[in-house]
Amino acid sequence: MSSEGFTIDRRRLGLLGLGLAAAATGVGGASGVLPEIVSRAKAATAPETGPIKVGILHSLSGTMAISESPLKDVMLMLIEEQNKKGGVMGRKLEAVVVDPASNWPLFAEKAKQLLSVDKVAAVFGCWTSVSRKSVLPVFEQLNGILLYPVQYEGQECSRNVFYTGAAPNQQAIPAVDYLMNQAAVTRWVLEGTDYVYPRTTNKILEAYLKAKGVAPADIMINYTPFGYSDWQAEVAKIKAFGSAGKKTAVVSTINGDANVPFYKELGNQGIKATDIPVVAFSVGEQELAGIDTKPLLGHLAAWNYFQSVDTPLNKEVVAAFKAFAKDDKRVFNDPMEAHYIGFNMWVKAVEKAGSTDHDAVIDAMVGVSHPNLSGDYATMMPNHHLSKPVLIGEVQGNGMFNVVSQTPGLVVAQPWSPYLPESKNLIGDWLPPMSCGNYDVVAGKCLGNKKA
Amino acid sequence: MAAALLLSVLAPGGARAAGSEPADPFAALAATNFDLVAQGVQALAVSGNRRAAAVIDALRDGKLYAWKWPRPDAPLYIRADQGFVDARSGEPSAAPPSPVNLRRIIVNDSVRAAIERAEAALGLFAAERAPRRKAAEALFQSGDPAALPLIERALASEKDPGVARVLREARAVALLKSGSTEIAARIAAVHEVAARADLAARNTLASLQGQPPPVAAAIQGAIRDIDQRLQLWGLLENLYYGVSLGAVLLLAAAGLAITFGVMGVINMAHGEMVMIGAYTTFVVQHLVTAVAPALEPVGLIFAVPAAFVAAGLIGVLIERSLIRFLYGRPLETLLATWGLSLILQQAVRSIFGPTNQDVTSPAWMSGYLELGGLTLTINRLWIILFAALVLGALMATLRWGGFGRNIRAVMQNRRMAAAMGIRTPWIDALTFGLGSGIAGIAGVALSQIDNVSPNLGQNYIVDSFIVVVVGGVGNLWGTLLGAMILGVVDKFVEPFFGAVLAKILVLVLLILFIQRRPQGLFPPKGRAAEA
Repeated sequence: MSSEGFTIDRRRLGLLGLGLAAAATGVGGASGVLPEIVSRAKAATAPETGPIKVGILHSLSGTMAISESPLKDVMLMLIEEQNKKGGVMGRKLEAVVVDPASNWPLFAEKAKQLLSVDKVAAVFGCWTSVSRKSVLPVFEQLNGILLYPVQYEGQECSRNVFYTGAAPNQQAIPAVDYLMNQAAVTRWVLEGTDYVYPRTTNKILEAYLKAKGVAPADIMINYTPFGYSDWQAEVAKIKAFGSAGKKTAVVSTINGDANVPFYKELGNQGIKATDIPVVAFSVGEQELAGIDTKPLLGHLAAWNYFQSVDTPLNKEVVAAFKAFAKDDKRVFNDPMEAHYIGFNMWVKAVEKAGSTDHDAVIDAMVGVSHPNLSGDYATMMPNHHLSKPVLIGEVQGNGMFNVVSQTPGLVVAQPWSPYLPESKNLIGDWLPPMSCGNYDVVAGKCLGNKKA
Repeated sequence: MAAALLLSVLAPGGARAAGSEPADPFAALAATNFDLVAQGVQALAVSGNRRAAAVIDALRDGKLYAWKWPRPDAPLYIRADQGFVDARSGEPSAAPPSPVNLRRIIVNDSVRAAIERAEAALGLFAAERAPRRKAAEALFQSGDPAALPLIERALASEKDPGVARVLREARAVALLKSGSTEIAARIAAVHEVAARADLAARNTLASLQGQPPPVAAAIQGAIRDIDQRLQLWGLLENLYYGVSLGAVLLLAAAGLAITFGVMGVINMAHGEMVMIGAYTTFVVQHLVTAVAPALEPVGLIFAVPAAFVAAGLIGVLIERSLIRFLYGRPLETLLATWGLSLILQQAVRSIFGPTNQDVTSPAWMSGYLELGGLTLTINRLWIILFAALVLGALMATLRWGGFGRNIRAVMQNRRMAAAMGIRTPWIDALTFGLGSGIAGIAGVALSQIDNVSPNLGQNYIVDSFIVVVVGGVGNLWGTLLGAMILGVVDKFVEPFFGAVLAKILVLVLLILFIQRRPQGLFPPKGRAAEA
């Protein structure tokens, strides 16, 4: 439902853009048609002198402030540290912070402002897939650079976006594999909040489970509205579903606020993690901070990073962040690590390109690598996604995760799911000669802007 | 400790199960596969080894270490205060290992379940009833045939009929999972388990594989019976869910029934009063923990008056500074209070931060009661009771107290009341304060089932208005009935259509209802209706 809405949005925005361009050419006169369009396309180019501006597009108020405001803090810290080291190419960095207030259309407006008024060199921002879909046409039209730090549902690969969070095969699929192989789970509840990310992820997971030989009768899919808090009937349904004599697990794509009442209800109805484990994709250290973790003990989360990871680099960065925030209780989570990697990669790419020109930096980003906080090196792949390790952690009493499983090596992202018929032939590769986000390997052609 | 005693009891069965090979019972713990470790824990628990209990304890506490790389002799160490102790002997190890070469053995859910089962079995001969019952349940869950002799021993000495019944059920499961060939005994065991008629029995029966045909048929029949029985209980359970949702809606809407129902103020900031009540709960709980830790379990009770006063005072303040200038201008009131709700939200976000706040549930509010086939969650029971108390108190105030009489007088005929010497502006302020205070009290209850976040109120504002409108503006009985109908309809529709569609369907039904009866269930009668 929503994805159709976005198509309309995108089309409408595109039309708006065309209209603006036409208006501009109208003013400029018939002689300047071509240069005008070219100059519009270049409108977003960052200036080559003075401080380099970096846009931060995270909600500081509204529902998403809980998750997004720490990302702004981590960006400010990274920029400050980089400036202490002398900036980038001898130029200081300057943060431009805007507040899209958890309002999806406002994300697009603020993105436009960052690109065409502030002329930032790169934007670090967005959390929900809805907000990303909202800014996508702006970044594509104005040729900006967006570094998107959150795990998402895939099925997208834009030239103007660098996806530093996980694709489904870097989070959801390994989590299901863990439950299947290590916990002998044979019956599955896919429980999610009703929006783009859970619906797409569950579609992929359902196809994957069926490919693994799970019978349709052993899969139950449920959706609940945003901020749902009355979980009694849903949990009773899960309990009944889990009483068929087979080990059952819940794969949860429940979004932020609805999680705590969900786990509380599980605890109150006497379902322990040892009976029916829940593996969550949106519950991290930040979401656990300051809540009563008793009902969550032993439940699982899959991420590419946990604060409890035992590496010297991780300890150093976490300590630096706590010092920067002047609060010892602040936590560090997966999307924050993604910004840490993404920011350092962007700095390296700018230095490699010798310029903040968007096209040059986009090309320079591919192939850049930087250490993960959880060990090993993340590399920016030609499909604008990172190679990442996948970790499974169990919730502990102190709000941290105990890592119970880690992929032996790095997992390369597959933005287009091979388990869905509509995307199984697609790959993304932004290096020439392919330079295409949705190349159909069977038909041998780039689908371009057509929706896959 | 008591473990040694139990393990010596367990030993005969374990030794038989292990067969003739004198395998090292500790080796499996060093495996990197969680299932192997879990099996290792189970095997170790019945091995009768004197170090078993200490090693399992160390594993649970995360103090058991293995060699980082696989080694045939699978060395195991327990971290002590000073260095490492060899797990098998309990002596300080001869060649102290370097920590670099060791890895902590990680416990996941399946290993933790195995540890819990091993430890629960320790309670089988405890003096009190509760641990014996828990141990019997654990044996029922695991259904380990090796535990049969242990169960028999416990049964022989068990006096409590409840615990004995669970033990018999555990014996039946163990028998069904063992290799015994007596069909009649097996069918009797199926009936024994089926008599429980709950989800655990259904789960256990459904998990039994490879039974001889007559036994399999008996199992199928038993499962069908249980399903039928559970379906009936399911209806009651849905009713309970509906009533408890109704109680939550009632709590959220009771304050609005005063401010909107009685005074006619469209107060969009009503949800924020609920939110303020929840934050007051958070503050009170922390104060109680800091000042008098002994009172911690009843901290919630102190939060009720505190939340009433905090939200009530803010309500009076809002009425005096904003609403009193807007009486009779519903559109302006709506916009002004909506703006106010945003200001309050952001203020709380600035003071307490955007993250959820930690309001703990006391022990007497968690867990569940089993009543036949019914699972009643205790926190919901308390909330139903609490909602009834709040509604009762509110009705009593309006009906009997002098303050209540004044409120009714002002609302029914303002000019006459003023002529009788009632200071109507003050009554307006106090009425608004009362409505806000009740919303604050609702916040105390909601802090137990929802997130204490700046957005808490937004989730309830629309539902509250719906309840008041359905019930009939200005009537508390209507509010009660409206809340219950909405709750029960919602929970009966949900299993068939899912939570999202249920919400939509309820709203559609509501539109139809309002079309038919724009005045709600209990329309105001007499002169008040025309006023």
